[in-house]
Amino acid sequence: MTVLINDKTRVLVQGITGREGQFHTQAMRGYGTKVLAGTTPGKGGQEVEGIPVFDNVIEATEEFPEINASIIFVPARFAADAVNEALDAKLEVVVAITEHIPLHDEMKFVALAHQQGSYIIGPNTPGVISPGMCKLGIMPAHVFKPGQIGLISRSGTLTYEVAASLSGAGFGQSTAIGLGGDPITGMSFIDALRLFETDDNTSAVVMIGEIGGSAEEEAAEYIKEHITKPVVAYVAGRTAPKGKRMGHAGAIVSGTSGTADSKMAALRDASVTVIERPIDVDEALQTLLKS
Amino acid sequence: MRQFEFEAKEAFQKVGLSIPRGRVAQSSDEVEQVARELGCPVILKAQVLAGGRGKAGGIKRAETPKQARSLADKLFGMEIHGHLVNRLLVEECLDISQEIYLGITVDRTNRRPVAICSGMGGVDIEKVAKEHPEKIARLAVNPLMGLREFEARRLVKAAGFKGRTLLHLSRIVMQLWRVFSDNDAELTEINPLIVTTDGKYIAADARLNVDDSSLFRHKTLAERLEKGVAELTELELRARELGMTYVELKGDIGIIGNGAGLVMATMDAVHYYGGKPSNFLDVGGGATADRMTQALDIVLSHPDVKGVFINILGGITRCDEMANGIVASQKTLKREVPMAIRLIGTREKEGAEILQKANIPFLETMDAAAQLIVEKTRGGEK
Repeated sequence: MTVLINDKTRVLVQGITGREGQFHTQAMRGYGTKVLAGTTPGKGGQEVEGIPVFDNVIEATEEFPEINASIIFVPARFAADAVNEALDAKLEVVVAITEHIPLHDEMKFVALAHQQGSYIIGPNTPGVISPGMCKLGIMPAHVFKPGQIGLISRSGTLTYEVAASLSGAGFGQSTAIGLGGDPITGMSFIDALRLFETDDNTSAVVMIGEIGGSAEEEAAEYIKEHITKPVVAYVAGRTAPKGKRMGHAGAIVSGTSGTADSKMAALRDASVTVIERPIDVDEALQTLLKS
Repeated sequence: MRQFEFEAKEAFQKVGLSIPRGRVAQSSDEVEQVARELGCPVILKAQVLAGGRGKAGGIKRAETPKQARSLADKLFGMEIHGHLVNRLLVEECLDISQEIYLGITVDRTNRRPVAICSGMGGVDIEKVAKEHPEKIARLAVNPLMGLREFEARRLVKAAGFKGRTLLHLSRIVMQLWRVFSDNDAELTEINPLIVTTDGKYIAADARLNVDDSSLFRHKTLAERLEKGVAELTELELRARELGMTYVELKGDIGIIGNGAGLVMATMDAVHYYGGKPSNFLDVGGGATADRMTQALDIVLSHPDVKGVFINILGGITRCDEMANGIVASQKTLKREVPMAIRLIGTREKEGAEILQKANIPFLETMDAAAQLIVEKTRGGEK
């Protein structure tokens, strides 16, 4: 039906008493997401919007054993600890919204998640949404519509741009996954492509990449061998200069590697339809899905 | 955050790595004095936060203290890739028998650190990787365990070293791991590690880039960034202080948007329609009206800017806040330039009303706005 989240997703909000935590708890609930509990150390026993707050994750999962996912709104210097706490409780999906988590901490918790088979979405992500069913993130829900396009992106607002365009043209989305803008993230394009390939409700995939690293090039190699569904890709940052971080910690061209042109060429070589403007996504899908 | 060579060498010393004798000098007098203390010949190395220093003429050898002074006269005040030289590291010359490369960096693909060793030191390692990939040994480190001694030995062996050299180098790799780990490094490198004719191992050059996100646990570095000693321009620093990301570019169309990916896409759209962006500016998530006013002020401080493209797709960011910021800045703007505004998303109706009342036109698609700003700025040229 969908990937990563569905109607059985039961959510814990870490950092629920903060401004962002409260605001988005309300928004997610309004969308129909089942938020069962929250945590903030030192604030156990309080409530947010009628949702019980616990001092730590284990207390929350003992009270609500059906919790299987967490979303983290904890400031950067405490966020890695929050991710580790969620992993310690063996939650299946952990969404780390927080930006500016130290790189070394990210490498550690990503390795831990892989070891135990949990998914980390982000850090520095808008989260994940299966339109009409579950939103585990901070995205403006109205630009997403239920449908059969799998959306994978390294950028938040650019995801909304493309989702709005898709929804407007009648292409709803099965699930939209924000991989995150950091150099190290829990999921790669390949991890997400693998999930969409086996998802019956996904008929095509749209990838939104950007400069920095080589995740798009690796995805291109993977697509050649393993992906049968049509893929459309956009890569942001063709006009970005070398050696400068373009907002996201991960968006940097180092030497000659990580350029948009190299990514676009690799994807074209893998028979992916590469578009030059986000607005071209509808036409590209129409052409691909007709044939 | 890139460290100066002398700072990286201080970090090396802390873990027991050997570095050449020498110190930093800030005037030609001081350079001459250090050269006398050390005994000539000496090497003068410009301390700038830019690569390619040697090729740009920033490293000189002096045979006498007098020559050191006259070379220093030329080096001070020189610009290397836009960075002014105001400090020289004066060091002893080493008698080289062998040059080795050692480095530890973050492998984004495998999401873990990678340690690298090669017998071909002293040259650009990326070039070696391309031309002689067999001369480079790599080892992936499990971030949960850190680099272990037997792994270091395995790495050094794979690079072709044996006997006593194998043991010496493995110890140095472990010390370099401590530099990497203690400093939250994105990259640390010894290139070259020199084996002297009398059998000593000395880090002749040192590189250390610290992860910006970790600066809260590296207080002295964070302070340096606040003081402005970093590889950022004045406007980039000002934006940073305000919590925005600004990157200066060479074109003439100012770009403001919310979200890194969207701002990059906006730059690309301007380029697609034949324009050249003068900057990247991300106001960040949930920006207020004030933030927008400050953003416009920064963008217009770039002297080449002929027009501005504001692209807002509201999620957490609200269109009414952004519209209020745009209207408020009309009164305080440094100068009047054509603008193209695209405003959709959260509270777009309220935002639209605010702009309409102030007679500021706006559009709904990124492409229409990109075309408009390119046309308007071209018109200004005629």
